[in-house]
Amino acid sequence: MALIDASDRDPADAPIAPAPGLSELFVAFAKMSLAGFGGVLVWARRAIVEQHRWMTAEEFNETFALCHFLPGPNIVNLSVVFGARFRGIPGAIAAFAGLVGPPLLIVTLLAVLYAHYGEIEALRRILAGVSYAAIGLLFSVAFKMLLPLLRKRDPVAIGLLVAVFVAVGVLRLPMPWVLAVAVPCSIGATYLLRRRTA
Amino acid sequence: MTGAPSLGGLAVTFSTMSLFAIGGANAALPEIHRVAVTLNHWLTEQQFADAFAIAQLSPGPNVMIVALIGYQAAGLAGALVATLGMCGPSATLAYLVSRVLGRATTSRWPGIIQAALVPLSIGLMAASGLILALASDRSAASLTLTAIVAVLAAVTGINPLWLLLAGGVLGFAGIV
Repeated sequence: MALIDASDRDPADAPIAPAPGLSELFVAFAKMSLAGFGGVLVWARRAIVEQHRWMTAEEFNETFALCHFLPGPNIVNLSVVFGARFRGIPGAIAAFAGLVGPPLLIVTLLAVLYAHYGEIEALRRILAGVSYAAIGLLFSVAFKMLLPLLRKRDPVAIGLLVAVFVAVGVLRLPMPWVLAVAVPCSIGATYLLRRRTA
Repeated sequence: MTGAPSLGGLAVTFSTMSLFAIGGANAALPEIHRVAVTLNHWLTEQQFADAFAIAQLSPGPNVMIVALIGYQAAGLAGALVATLGMCGPSATLAYLVSRVLGRATTSRWPGIIQAALVPLSIGLMAASGLILALASDRSAASLTLTAIVAVLAAVTGINPLWLLLAGGVLGFAGIV
């Protein structure tokens, strides 16, 4: 998973397409955002690597790995880092506006509709059904991420995972406090384990 | 009832969460729930669960759920402030880190930090699932639906949108 270490870059491997302009950045990110039901990442990879050839697959993986280990919505981070790489801060803003602007309009419209019609009995039942399914999806994502940890049989990682789940999910402790303890513990443990196995 | 929040309060709340959202917006849901539902009563448990459902049904990144919560809390301006607050600090951090690291880093630390954060982010997502599952009165049928969807999505490559629509149809029919 850690793709950041792959730093040697073959110049012949460079993408062929010229760097995108501001409006191109906006349109490309708006398109992938609106195509992205249940996750934009797949569409981002397709558009950036395959369709526009703005990055090689390896460059994309590196950029995404960077955005993944930082906090915040990963794909939003990606849009900013990607836009800035080609067009500086204006590029970052163009890509971000494309990614977030159109869905924000749609979601806000839905929010207005919900505020007016949310109490209608049929809509109540539909939304309840959708949310039960959506919770199932959330568990499946967590489960898919868990599999590699189970295969590695890493007791420290699994212990921390369970501790965070209990502290935040069951005891409902404030997340900043929990992470203030868990993040240093996890980084320390990972560092020590890697040094021992290295 | 604490009542409607100020826009400044919303901005501070979501900007802080932005930097604690390890593994994306869904990992921040427990904290959003704690602040928006439990502490401040900006919305009810039911509205929170509905916001999650609507966000999953909508196109765009998962983070758009904060726009729904911001709207419930403080109207149109609330939706905008919550979204920018949730995205701004982490996006700025990502920009700065990408500038500092450059393209070729030989440091082991990014890899170590990433590996260290993965289990925490899984724990947070599972906690999100639990909190949402407890957010509304649940029948045995609805728990079964959640479990079936979890298994189907984990073992098959089925498009999640179909599973959400199936949930909506079962809900409309009054089965779950």
